[in-house]
Parts: sequence; structure tokens; C-alpha cells
Amino acid sequence: MIIANSPTILSVQGLRASINGTEILKGIDLTVRSGEIHAIMGLNGSGKSTFAKVLAGHSAYEVTGGSIQFEDKNLLELPPEERARAGLFLAFQYPIEIPGVANTQFLRLAYNTVQTQRGKEELDPLEFDDFVREKMKLLEMKPDFLDRSVNEGFSGGEKKRNEILQMALLEPRLSILDETDSGLDIDALKIVANGVNRITNKDNATILVTHYQRLLDYIVPDFVHVMQAGRIVMTGGKELALELETRGYDWITANKQPVAGVSA
Amino acid sequence: MSEAISTSYLECLLKSWQAKPAESRAWLNQLRAQAIDCVSTQKLPTKRDEEWRFTDISPLTTLPYRPSQPDSALKIEDVQHLFLDDAKNRLVFVDGHFSQSLSAIAEPAALIAGNLSALLSAQASILESHLGQYVPFDHNVFAALNTAFLQDGAVVIVPKNTVIAEPVHLLFIATQHEVTSYPRCLLIGETGSHVTLIEDYAALQQAAYITNSVTEISLAGNAHAKHIRVQRESTKAFHLANCAVALAHASNYQSVSISLGAQISRYNLDVRLTDEAAECTIDGLTLISDRQLADTHTCIDHAKPNGTSHQQHKCIADDAAHAVFNGKIIVRPQAQRTNSSQSSRNLLLSKTAQVDTKPQLEIFADDVKCSHGATVGQLDQEEIFYLRSRGLSETAAHNLLTYAFGAEIISRIPVSSLRQQLEQAVLDQTQSNPS
Ligand SMILES: Nc1ncnc2c1ncn2[C@@H]1O[C@H](COP(=O)(O)OP(=O)(O)O)[C@@H](O)[C@H]1O
Ligand SMILES: [Mg+2]
Repeated sequence: MIIANSPTILSVQGLRASINGTEILKGIDLTVRSGEIHAIMGLNGSGKSTFAKVLAGHSAYEVTGGSIQFEDKNLLELPPEERARAGLFLAFQYPIEIPGVANTQFLRLAYNTVQTQRGKEELDPLEFDDFVREKMKLLEMKPDFLDRSVNEGFSGGEKKRNEILQMALLEPRLSILDETDSGLDIDALKIVANGVNRITNKDNATILVTHYQRLLDYIVPDFVHVMQAGRIVMTGGKELALELETRGYDWITANKQPVAGVSA
Repeated sequence: MSEAISTSYLECLLKSWQAKPAESRAWLNQLRAQAIDCVSTQKLPTKRDEEWRFTDISPLTTLPYRPSQPDSALKIEDVQHLFLDDAKNRLVFVDGHFSQSLSAIAEPAALIAGNLSALLSAQASILESHLGQYVPFDHNVFAALNTAFLQDGAVVIVPKNTVIAEPVHLLFIATQHEVTSYPRCLLIGETGSHVTLIEDYAALQQAAYITNSVTEISLAGNAHAKHIRVQRESTKAFHLANCAVALAHASNYQSVSISLGAQISRYNLDVRLTDEAAECTIDGLTLISDRQLADTHTCIDHAKPNGTSHQQHKCIADDAAHAVFNGKIIVRPQAQRTNSSQSSRNLLLSKTAQVDTKPQLEIFADDVKCSHGATVGQLDQEEIFYLRSRGLSETAAHNLLTYAFGAEIISRIPVSSLRQQLEQAVLDQTQSNPS
């Protein structure tokens, strides 16, 4: 939701980043305020995941220009774990499998680390078990899922749900969901979208990265940005997603103006 | 090592051999005599032998440790911490010698388990037809020595169609300095039987000694066995072990071998799928540090059609430790429709640690599905980033992933008390403090 005078959570200005000497992000500007949901759309290879990983602090990318302000912090000065503890969360496009570590063990470790940072009580295994099972209901997850190794042998849909479960546990200020919809059938998509909608509120913000508008039928964005070759080349309201669905991306570079006007 | 030293070492060992016990049988005496002959025609292997090319055992010759003598002073309180709550069938051997007072069999009606000498008359024909039949000693000087010194031994016979609920814990405890013990195990799983066997080598103190063990396992048609082997010897000890498994029609063998201890260890595991549709799963974890050397050589031999083998071996080497894995898979011409996979994954925690891994596939049948792969490396940066993005510090992420690497193998051990002990051992060895 767009709220007048709501505080800025994220302010990205002129962000440039490269990997192995190749520039991928070529000057990104984006402002996200509390309560808002932003969608970033664009063809494969346009730099969406790179942007998400640079926000989360992946060390393989070198930031060569611009700034990122996250609430009162200069994000670029913080290592990934401190960004997470400060309330930034990235749901990965390809969540990592960790055979040998039970999901519940991993979830509790992450939860307690972030809780401690916030000056709150840690939960012991029993308390955590009750807590996490409650959150799992939100995403219609089977209980055996806690005892399995982190993401090991999970279906694509289960991995994505596990990411959203972590989002629900960590209660971030800003969530970046990278292609959380890909690989989900329509039922799973509805469950995940419903979970996200229950977590979002006026005090947090969400960036949805996707290249289909399908997800946006269920999580309705306040803003839609189009990314091309490492830049945000167009910004509109939720209608822009529908227009991209019917017209594709080709017209944008030529036009630079959406047909359906933006009234934000 | 020079030939002269090697020969005198073996002579010295043989001279220390004492008169055979009175209860012995003619066939057993003959077996020992053959083994003694074999020792005298063999030499200790050196790094020039292909099978020993990574493992230098010449330090062994500086310690011609005499065979251990039974020590009856040991009390149950001294060793109780090594017992497993959920393995109520237990045979305990102290420095290779059977201890009646420390042993207990919870299912005496269903299970035949005890010391070799006690079962020699009651199980004469079955012992004669199995003992010494699976681990040949004509080209294996350590197996020959073990057989030459054969006296006490763990015998486990699971009768036809019998399911043994409680795991059988064979506990070999080293207590003395500068002795050699010769543990021996024989597991016979009769048709349709099920059993879980734990072969466990532990020490009461950080002593230097030699363990030279031989284990033989024979599974008849449709028999199932889970074999968990834990080598947690003193880190000053030498551990030389041979295990051979023969699998009959549609039998199923699952093994998890964990190597944590010993200065120098060598484990040879030979699994033969002697009849159709046999299955085996062979998992291993080596976790070593300092200047430890741990060498695992396995050979899975598919002799008949429709067999399945899955193998995963992992090594974690820290400091200046050296891990060796040599995994041979043979698929003989008859063994059509064999399905076999092998994976060797290795983690080096320091720049001076070393791993040598070598898959060896010898496939002579054409209609087979075989896959294998080996990796040696450090932790995956993407995995570390994933954990850090959830708030874990770099050190915590590192520790968790190292732990997980080992715990994946440990998690396949179906005995929870043992699994917990080993998880703790992995945790203790893999957790570095924030730097
Ligand atoms: N490790 C890398 N080395 C070189 N180029 C990379 C690397 N990772 C991604 N790229 C390139 O960066 C561009 C953007 O990729 P990505 O951010 O994954 O796009 P999207 O998520 O929009 O599909 C692509 O052209 C891709 O080939
Ligand atoms: Mg992407």
C-alpha cells in the first residue's frame, strides 16, 4: 500500500556493479517506502538477480558506483549477515541445499541470531518447534519438513515455501523475493502468495522480482519497474504488468512511455 | 624400508606367537598354520606397491609390538561410557581378548553370538565353512598375521528368517601401550535374516599400539545386514583392517564406516555380489587432523546380473592430515543390468591437508548403469552466502557447513545413541572459533 509520508526504507541511487570485470548494473535508482510492494520485471539476463544479490551483499559482485541507504544505514558498508540482522531478507531464486543439517536446526539458528541482534529472547528447541509449526500452517507445509535436511530433495515448490517460511520467521523490514513464483503450480502459487500477503503490512516493504505477471494477480504491487540491461527503464502502476504480459518488452526501448498512464 | 628390516619385523612378530590354545580344532590349527606359512613368504608393503602408494607404513617397523596379553583388572565402570543404550546385544573385547563379564546378549533365544572359542563345538561345521573363507591372506600380510594369531573372535550368527531387533555392538577396547591386538569378527546372516552390527574400535587412553583386524560377513539369500564401523582409536595408534563381504541372491548390505582415530589407518573393504539382484550401500566418512593419515580402499565386485551398489565416501582433512580413498568397482561380463554409483567428496580445511582420491572402474558388461564423481575442495561460497544472508556470521556459516558435510554420512547410522556421539565428535572437530 502507498502511504503518504511513510518513511523511506530503501534508497538506491546510481548503483553500478560488475562481476569479473563485466558491468551488469549500470546505474539503478529506486526508492522503497514502508508499506509498499514493488515489482521488478524484465527479461532473463536483464540483471534482476544481480540487483537482488548486490542488495544482500554477495561478495562476488563489485559495486563500482552509487549508494544504497537502508533506513539509517549505509548498506554498502555492511557484510551480508549484518544486512540480514538489520532487517533485509532475500528469498533466493535458487535456494541452496544443505544435506546433513536438519531444517529445524537451521531455521532456529537463523531465528535466534536475528532475535539476539534485536535484543529479544532466543527460543529453545521446544519453544521454537511450537512457533515454527504455527508459521508453517500459514504456508500449508507438512510437519516432516522440519526434520529433513535443508532443501535437500525438496521440490521446487517446497524450496520456495521454505524461503517464505524464513521470511515469516525473521520478520524483515525489506523482503526481496527473487522469482519466488517460478516452478510453482497454480495451487502452490496461491498458497505462497497468501503467505506473503499475510506477512506484508504498513511497517515493512517487499520487492518482487519476476518475469511473469502471474504472481502479481495474487500479490498486487504498488509499483512495477522494468529492468533492461542493468537499468530500470520504466516505472508504472500495476497495469504496466498486464501491458507487458500482452505486448512483451520490445516496445519499451522505443517508447519509454507506458500506454496506460501511471497515477502514483 | 629395506627388505631385511621388513623380514626381521615379521619374524619378530611370529616368534612372539605362542602355543595354540587347547580347545582348538584340527581345521582351525590348519588355517593358522597356512597363515603362518603365508606370513613367512610375504613382505610388508611399501610405497612401491600400487595398493600402498599413498600410505607409508614404515613407521610400523620401529614398533614390533608383542601380542597383547589378557588384562582382567578392567572394571565395568572403566568402559561403561563406551556402551550404547540402544544396542543391548554386546560383545566386548579388551585388547583383542574376549571379556565375558563386560558382554551381554539381550536376545539369547534368537541370536547366536559369542566368542569364537565358546562356539567352536556347538557351531563346528558352520564356523569351519565360513571362517577364513572371505578374506584371503595369501597376498595380504596383515590378514595373514591376524589369521596366524587367531584365537578370540566375535561370532554372530543370525538364524534363518530371524529379525534381531536390538543392534549387536562389537566393542573392541584398547587399554595397553605398545601391544598388538588381532580382533576378528564373523557375521553370518542366514536366509531372510535381518541384523544391525556395530563394529566399534575405541581406546581408553592416548596410547601407541597396533590394531590388526579382520572382519568377514556372509549374507545368504534375502538376508539384510546393516554394518556400522567406527574407528575411534587413539591418535597415536596404528589401525590396519580388512573386511570382506559376500552377498548371495537378493541380499542387502548397508555399511557406514567412520574413521576418526589412529595415527595411520588403513581400511580395506571388499564386497562381492556373488549372486543375482544383491544390493549394497557403502558410505564412509573420514575426519582427521594434525598429522593423521587415513586410507580407505574399497572394492565392489559385481559378479552376477541385476546387482545394485551405491557408494558415497567423504573425507574432511584439517592441519597436515592426509586422507586417501581408492574406490574400485568391477562389473564382470555376466553382471548385466548392474546399477552402480560412486561419489567421493572431499573437504580440505587447511592448505597443508591432503586428499588423494581415485575411482577405479573396471566394467566388462555392456548393459549397465554406472556413474561416478569426485570433488576435492573448500566450502562452497554460494552456500556460505546463503547462510550469511540469514544472519549467521562467516565463522558460524563455515562451521555449520563443515559439520553438515560430515553429518550427512553420520545421519545414515540407524542407531541414535551412536549417531549422537558421532555428531558430537564431528562438531568438536569441525568448529573453529571466531578469528
Ligand atoms: N558470474 C557471472 N559472471 C559473468 N556474468 C554473469 C555472472 N552472473 C551473471 N552474469 C550475467 O549478468 C547478467 C544478468 O544476470 P541476472 O542478474 O541473473 O539476470 P536476471 O536475474 O534478470 O535473469 C546476465 O547477462 C548474466 O549472463
Ligand atoms: Mg534471475
